[in-house]
Amino acid sequence: MRTPYDAIIIGGGHNGLTCAAYLARAGRRVLVLERRECVGGAAVSEQVFPGFTFSVFSYVVSLLRPEIIRDLDLPRHGLHILPLESTLTPLPNGDYLAQWDDHDQNRHELARHSLRDAEAYDEFGRLMHQMSRAVKPLLGLIPPDPASLNPRDWFELARLGSHLRGLGATRFHALHKLLTMSSADYLDEWFETEALKATKSASGIIGTLAGPRSPGTAYVLLHHYMGEIDGVFRAWGFAKGGNGSVSGAIAGAARSFGAEIRTGAAVAHVLLDRGRAAGVVLEGGEEIRAKRVVSGADPRRTFLELVGADHLPAEFAQALERFRFRGASGKVNLALGELPSFTCLPGNGPHLRGAISISPSVDYLERAFDEAKYGEFSTRPYLDIVIPSAIDPGMAPPGKHVMSIFVQYAPYHLNGGWTDARREAFGDAVIDTLAQYAPNLKSAILHRQVITPADIERTVGLTEGSIFQGELTLQQMFWLRPVPGWAKYRTPIRRLYQCGAGTHPGGGVMGASGRNAALAMLQDGA
Amino acid sequence: MLKTTPFHGRTAPLCASHAWRRWAGYVVASSYELTHEREYHAIRSAAALFDISPLHKYRVRGRDAARLLDRVVTRDVARAALGQVLYTPWCDAAGKVLDDGTVARLDETSFRMTAAEPGLRWLQDNALGLAVAIEDVSESTAALALQGPASRAILQQLTDTDLADLKYFRITAARLREFWVTISRTGYTGDLGYEIWVEARHAEAVWDALATGGAPYGITPAGMLALDVARIEAGLMLIDVDYVPARKALLEAQTSSPFELDLAWTVNLAKEQFVGKRALVREAQRAPQWQFVGLEIDWDALERLYAEAGLAPQLPGVAWRTSTPAYADGKQVGYATSGCWSPLLKKYIALAHLRSPWAAPGTLLELEVTIEHRRRRAAARVVKKPFFNPERKRA
Repeated sequence: MRTPYDAIIIGGGHNGLTCAAYLARAGRRVLVLERRECVGGAAVSEQVFPGFTFSVFSYVVSLLRPEIIRDLDLPRHGLHILPLESTLTPLPNGDYLAQWDDHDQNRHELARHSLRDAEAYDEFGRLMHQMSRAVKPLLGLIPPDPASLNPRDWFELARLGSHLRGLGATRFHALHKLLTMSSADYLDEWFETEALKATKSASGIIGTLAGPRSPGTAYVLLHHYMGEIDGVFRAWGFAKGGNGSVSGAIAGAARSFGAEIRTGAAVAHVLLDRGRAAGVVLEGGEEIRAKRVVSGADPRRTFLELVGADHLPAEFAQALERFRFRGASGKVNLALGELPSFTCLPGNGPHLRGAISISPSVDYLERAFDEAKYGEFSTRPYLDIVIPSAIDPGMAPPGKHVMSIFVQYAPYHLNGGWTDARREAFGDAVIDTLAQYAPNLKSAILHRQVITPADIERTVGLTEGSIFQGELTLQQMFWLRPVPGWAKYRTPIRRLYQCGAGTHPGGGVMGASGRNAALAMLQDGA
Repeated sequence: MLKTTPFHGRTAPLCASHAWRRWAGYVVASSYELTHEREYHAIRSAAALFDISPLHKYRVRGRDAARLLDRVVTRDVARAALGQVLYTPWCDAAGKVLDDGTVARLDETSFRMTAAEPGLRWLQDNALGLAVAIEDVSESTAALALQGPASRAILQQLTDTDLADLKYFRITAARLREFWVTISRTGYTGDLGYEIWVEARHAEAVWDALATGGAPYGITPAGMLALDVARIEAGLMLIDVDYVPARKALLEAQTSSPFELDLAWTVNLAKEQFVGKRALVREAQRAPQWQFVGLEIDWDALERLYAEAGLAPQLPGVAWRTSTPAYADGKQVGYATSGCWSPLLKKYIALAHLRSPWAAPGTLLELEVTIEHRRRRAAARVVKKPFFNPERKRA
């Protein structure tokens, strides 16, 4: 029988598409199968309410690897990243803390709160820049296994070792701290302004069921610092048209290289032939064969649902059971009749074109976590808000706006489980929280969409609603992601690969997993 | 938003050019007139008035004030006389320059420090365990520089303090009309000149007094473009232009020790302890790798290169700040960091970092020049700094 495809990619998320694009670019015949009617996975733009387009799930761009943008020539396929210039943290006392792009403006603003912090900020930024440079080579690397005896691993590890030694003592020590400390403790060494520490530490808890005082969160802080646009570290942006246009551009690139993309095509299980992956069976029963199969779904869904534990080595299946997802975040998407007006900075202004962070203090964030720790959503949650229509007016009808609210914490394992009533109560807590800072919010709301981790799991298939396809904590990073010994995109099933964020280097609209997986497959002679 | 200085109410209406630039988060005039030329000549022939308020200023007071400053800067502060002003760099633990500025001893236990970069945190961090109060007075203290041969006469008619007694790099309290100010005989032009430090609330009144009193002497408000030419003539380096402060360096190679910046004279290795001393003691034992020198570009060579392109020499009336390669024996041996045509000396001059073997005065080099889109090399010679050093500066 003819095997028409060199590879089938399960899931048209941005990583699956990236993997497909790289394989197609290398001349392989590839087919992407996406369960939903639109590609993108968690990077989609949808007109949830007529005229109002939302980046329904992921909502900013920064970690997307520059080499992917270059290799796939994404701007030609419609990628346009608009700048996100500031971060505003409104405070309960009516004041605010803003972080601006412009160095002088930022310094003046920080100096209003603390002269020391204004000075420390630059130094901190430079150190994080250097740390990012130190860690960055790891992102594009198929992670070597320190426990392996393979000379290739040893060669890679030696290279890594000499890279780390090249950092110099001071930076190496800083890296050690980043890998071991909590983000709050780490930031305490640098700053004294509560709102600044809290807002920065929030980067360390995103997507993770951990508080700013949980050890290990400092690394996630660094992970977010690695955002890079045009070579500028720590530059966050907003994709014109929403994050769906990132996926759209990658899909466009993949198609231009000859990849086939089928939507509305849900994979029921991976087809095995004498223990090797040989294709997939769709939910309708259609069987499609390919020389190799690569799954963009998360590790648990891939192996325990699409392959089945009975085909796996027991220890591998057990490791997957232990792999932690624990979705902790939700989204509230609002269609607004007018812009929110913040008590601290009333009316329209440049602050509405940046991120708005409800993170007045480390205690506030930690308390929000406390509730989640015991199975409740936060009644006063951490919010990371953007108003895409203020940056890209096409997202909403003229004069109207869309607001994206990323919310933490909304634990997947909610006491009593997520119900429609709990979802709405969660949405109310978010609106009540924000309305304290922007009193016109409630009257401005035309429509609202509330998304819980359970909704994320149901809609885009991310296990437990984990936005990173598994927590980005150190015990499941690098050569441990997702399973020790199987961190190189290859799996115990021959000719089955993984390309999702559940592999190194992990989540964010980064594309690195998809690219690395394609490279690993090509190395294997795909 | 950018800040305006306490003199902005006066400087803004004078700024016919609308040419403003940023300095430490403030807006200041690049030039007031449409070109900076007359402003430059005022520095050398009459008196120029600069708004230098954006400088960072710190008051350091207390029993251990001198000890703190001695820990931080490379010069010997304990031995500074009352009313003395020290120009000094300060370094990190690796002996690399963080910043340069002045330390003025106002009395036994009270100092004012000026800095180009914010330095409060560095001072505080080094003050652990010392009885000292550090106050950032950058905003509350306004500052003017009155520079040029007529500066003394202009100031003298406004104060009873005898300025003939105020020596070079000394400071005194004085009443200027009805306002208490401090006057230091310092500046960034290498000329006779003074800097006047005044509480921000009296800034405009002091400006007015100087403007009125200086009018018969040709006092001219001057901007940063004129100052830039004057400071190059004076051989004075500029942070971020002529050197990268260690805190901003992304590579170790971008940093400089005081020895590499021709500031050996400011490093007192006999002091008991200061930040960077250990590294600097080691460095002092071997010759520095780099030196910071003056360059004079040869007129005839330049004229010849331009003539080959069918042009008369085009001279940089506005100082340039682009790193420019310097060559010897066909290979690059350094780079110039700022340069200009000196209207006074009638010479094309530059400040350059050179590898030590090629840094001795008289050494012949070539400096890259771009003529009609083509890179050429013009003969240049290492010369002693400063290029311009009038007797009146110290007299």
